[in-house]
Amino acid sequence: MTSPLQQKLKINGSSVVTANRTWDGVVVYRTAAKGWSADLADAAIVRNSDEAKTLLAEAVADDVGAIGPYIAPVQVDEAGKILPGNLREQIRRDGVTIDLPV
Amino acid sequence: MYAYDEIDRTLVNERVSEFRDQVQRRLSGELTEDEFKMLRLQNGVYLQLHAYMFRVAIPYGTLASNQLRQLAHVARKYDRGYGHFTTRQNIQFNWIKLSDLPDALADLAEVGIHAMQTSGNNMRNVTSDQWAGVAPGEIEDPRIWSELIRQHTTLHPEFSFLPRKFKIAITASDHDRAAIKVHDIGLRLIKNEKGETGFEVLVGGGLGRTPFIGKTIKHFVHGRDLLSYIEAILRVYNQYGRRDNIYKARIKILVHELGIEKFSREVEEEWQHIRNSSLQIDDEVIEDIRSRFIYPAYEKLPHMPDELRQAAADPDFEAWRKNSVAAHKNQGYSIVTISLKPIGAPPGDATAEQMDALADLADKYSFGEIRVGHEQNLALPHVAKRDLPALWKALDKLGLATPNVNLITDIIACPGLDYCSLANARSIPIAQELTRRFANHELANLIGRLHINISGCINACGHHHVGHIGILGVEKNGEEVYQITIGGRADESAALGNLIGPGVKFDEVADVVEDIVEAYLALRERPEELFVDTVKRLGVEPFKERVYATR
Amino acid sequence: MPLVNGGKIADDSFVKLAVDTPLPEGGDILVPAERFLSDADALLKRAGKVGVIWPNNRDIAELVPYLGKIAVVALVFPNFRDGRAYSQARLLRERYNYRGELRATGQVLRDQFVFMLRAGFDSFEVKKQADAEAFMQTAKRYSVFYQPTGDGRITALHRRMQLRHSEGVGT
Repeated sequence: MTSPLQQKLKINGSSVVTANRTWDGVVVYRTAAKGWSADLADAAIVRNSDEAKTLLAEAVADDVGAIGPYIAPVQVDEAGKILPGNLREQIRRDGVTIDLPV
Repeated sequence: MYAYDEIDRTLVNERVSEFRDQVQRRLSGELTEDEFKMLRLQNGVYLQLHAYMFRVAIPYGTLASNQLRQLAHVARKYDRGYGHFTTRQNIQFNWIKLSDLPDALADLAEVGIHAMQTSGNNMRNVTSDQWAGVAPGEIEDPRIWSELIRQHTTLHPEFSFLPRKFKIAITASDHDRAAIKVHDIGLRLIKNEKGETGFEVLVGGGLGRTPFIGKTIKHFVHGRDLLSYIEAILRVYNQYGRRDNIYKARIKILVHELGIEKFSREVEEEWQHIRNSSLQIDDEVIEDIRSRFIYPAYEKLPHMPDELRQAAADPDFEAWRKNSVAAHKNQGYSIVTISLKPIGAPPGDATAEQMDALADLADKYSFGEIRVGHEQNLALPHVAKRDLPALWKALDKLGLATPNVNLITDIIACPGLDYCSLANARSIPIAQELTRRFANHELANLIGRLHINISGCINACGHHHVGHIGILGVEKNGEEVYQITIGGRADESAALGNLIGPGVKFDEVADVVEDIVEAYLALRERPEELFVDTVKRLGVEPFKERVYATR
Repeated sequence: MPLVNGGKIADDSFVKLAVDTPLPEGGDILVPAERFLSDADALLKRAGKVGVIWPNNRDIAELVPYLGKIAVVALVFPNFRDGRAYSQARLLRERYNYRGELRATGQVLRDQFVFMLRAGFDSFEVKKQADAEAFMQTAKRYSVFYQPTGDGRITALHRRMQLRHSEGVGT
C-alpha cells in the first residue's frame, strides 16, 4: 500500500488527520497539541497541502499512539463546529448505520 | 470432528505466546506499525473503520460445541456480544482491542481454536463443503485432506511471505458447495480406475478486481502426491508472482500472464524434483489423521419416524422442514441448515446467546457438532429425523429458523462501509432492505433458488461476481452507487455475472431487484426454471429493458 | 548491523564490495552476483574467501557450478515481506546440497528467525541490536513443526507415528 506520505494530497477546503488509536482501535483525530483525541471537535484543521503534509508526517511518526493516519475532509459550519466531510468519516465518527444485534 | 492432540495444542500455545510478546513490543514502541502490521495480520487482526477486527479460523468450517461456546465467550468478554460468520467459513469480531488480543487468543487456544494465517500474504483457511462427511453421494470426507493441507501450510517457513494471500478449497461432491472454481487452488476429490483417491487440481481462480474461473492444471494427482504437488505450485508462485503491484500479485494473474500450459510446465518441472521426497504422504499418515476425526455412533433409525409424521400437520414446521432440512447419507438422519439471515437483520451475524444456545442444541441433537457454510449460514450435520420438530421449536424461539435457505432473502454480503476501511459503499443496509421487500415466504418460494451477493467495493469479499444477482457498491461524486450483474454462479458451473446497465443509487437498488425478479417471473419457461437458467437462456437484454425502461 | 552467526553475535570477516570497488589484497570479500559471474576465476584464485550476494529475483541455479568453492551465499530480503529468498535458500540446501554459510541480509527481524533457520540460513545480518541479542531465545520459540524442510527436524506427522509405534510396543 502506498504510504500516506507519498500519496498526492489534494486538499479541497478543510481537512483533518484521522487515525485509529493503537491499543484499542478507537477513531482519533490529530490535535494541534501534537496528540490524539477521540473528539472531532479537538482536531487540528489544515487548509492547504503543505499544512496537511506536515500534520500527516507528524502523525505517521507517532505510531505508538495511533495507526493508519490519513487526511480526511471536514466541513466547518458558521458556528465553527467541525463536521465529517463525507459518509465514511460520518460513519467513523458516529458508528455503524445499522442496529447492532445486541 | 478432528481432535487436536498434544502436538497441535503445543503449536497453538507457542503461537499465542509469540503474539503476546509481539503485542507487548508494539505497545511499548519497540516495533513500529510498519514492522508489526504483517505480524498482526498473520494472527487475523485487521484494522477497520471503528476498531480492530479479529478473524478467527474455523478450519474447513467444522466446530465442536465447546468451541462454539468459547466463541460466544470471546464475543461477550472482548467484543460487543456478537460475531459475524464469513464467506470463508471463519468468524469475525468487529470491536476487539489490540491489548485484549493475547488474552482472547489464549482463551481460544484452550479449546484448540486459533487465528493463524486468517489474514496476510500467506495460506489461509482451507475451506470445504459444509456438508462434508454427511452428504449423500460424497466420495469420501474431504476434511481429512483439508486437515493435511492445513497442517502443511501452517507456519510454513518457505511460504509465509507470499506475493499475496492464497486460498485453497476442496470438494468431494458433484454439487460443489465449496466454490472451488474461484479459489487460488481448487481441489476436486475423485477416484481413479483402481479406486484410489486423488484430486483434479484447478489453479488461478479468484474474484476481486480481476475475477477468473480456475483452470485445470492436472486432471489427477494421487492422494499421496497432494502435498508435494501443492508445494510445487507454491514454489513457482513464491518466486514468480508479481511483487510490484498488489492488484496484480495473486496467482490468477501469474497463470493468466504465463498461460495455463506454460504455468503447468513450470509446476511439473518443479514437482518432478520433489515428488519422491518426504512430502509424499504415507498411507499410515492418512490413516492417523483419519483416525482422529471422530464420527458419530449413528443409530439405526427409521426413514419416517412418528414424530415427523405428526409434526407434518403444522404448516410452519413443514415450511421450515422443506426449506432447511436436507437428506443425510444415513437413513433416519438429516442435515439442518440454520439460517443466519432473519428478515431485516444484517446477514451472517449471531449473538453470544444464540451461539451458546446453538452449542446446547448441537450437544442434544447433533453429536456436539456445528458447521459453518461459505454462504454465511450454519448447519447441524447429524440430526435424527425424530428430533426435527423439537429442534425446530427451539431454533424458532432463538430466531434461527427463518425458512429462507437458498432463497432470495438468503443474501451473502460483505461488511461494507459500515465496518470496512476498504469499502466505498454500504452493503448491509442494502441486504436488509432486500429482505424486507421479499419477506413473504410464499413469494420467496415462488421465485425459487436465487442467490444475491453484495460487495461494498471491488475487492469482492461478498463474491458479487458469482451471484445470480450480484451487487457491487462503488463511489461516484461522494455518493454510493451500485452496479448490478446477473447470471453469475459459484458452483461446478461457475460463471461470472454480466452487467445489466449503469449504476443505480442506494435508494433504488431494492426497486431494481424487484424489477429483475418481476422480469424473471414473467419470462421463465416454467416455475422450475431457476432464475439463473432463465438468464442463461435469454441473456441480459430482457432484464435490462425492464429495469431501465422507466429510469 | 550486527551479524549473528553460530547462534550469537559474531564478528564479520567479510567486506562487502560494490560492483566497482577495487579488490583488497587479501581478506574475505562479499561481491554482487554480476561481478562474481563475470570474474569468478580471478576472484576464486585470490587469497581470502569469496562470498556472493545473490539477488532474490535471479535464478539460484546459475550459482550451482561454484557452490563447492564459495564460502558464503548471501541472499536478500529487500523488505521482510518479500519471501523469495526462502525458496532460494531451500533450493540451495536441499536440491543443490550447498554446505557453506548461508546468510540472510536485507531487512531481517527477529520474527523471521525461525522461518529462516528452517529454510537453511545459518547467519543473519540483523536489523536491530535487540533482535540480535534475542536470537537464541527466539530460535527456541517453537518446538512443533508441521512440514519437512532440510533442517532435519522431525515433523508433527512423523512424531505422531513414532508415538503410535512406541505405544504399540509392549502390548
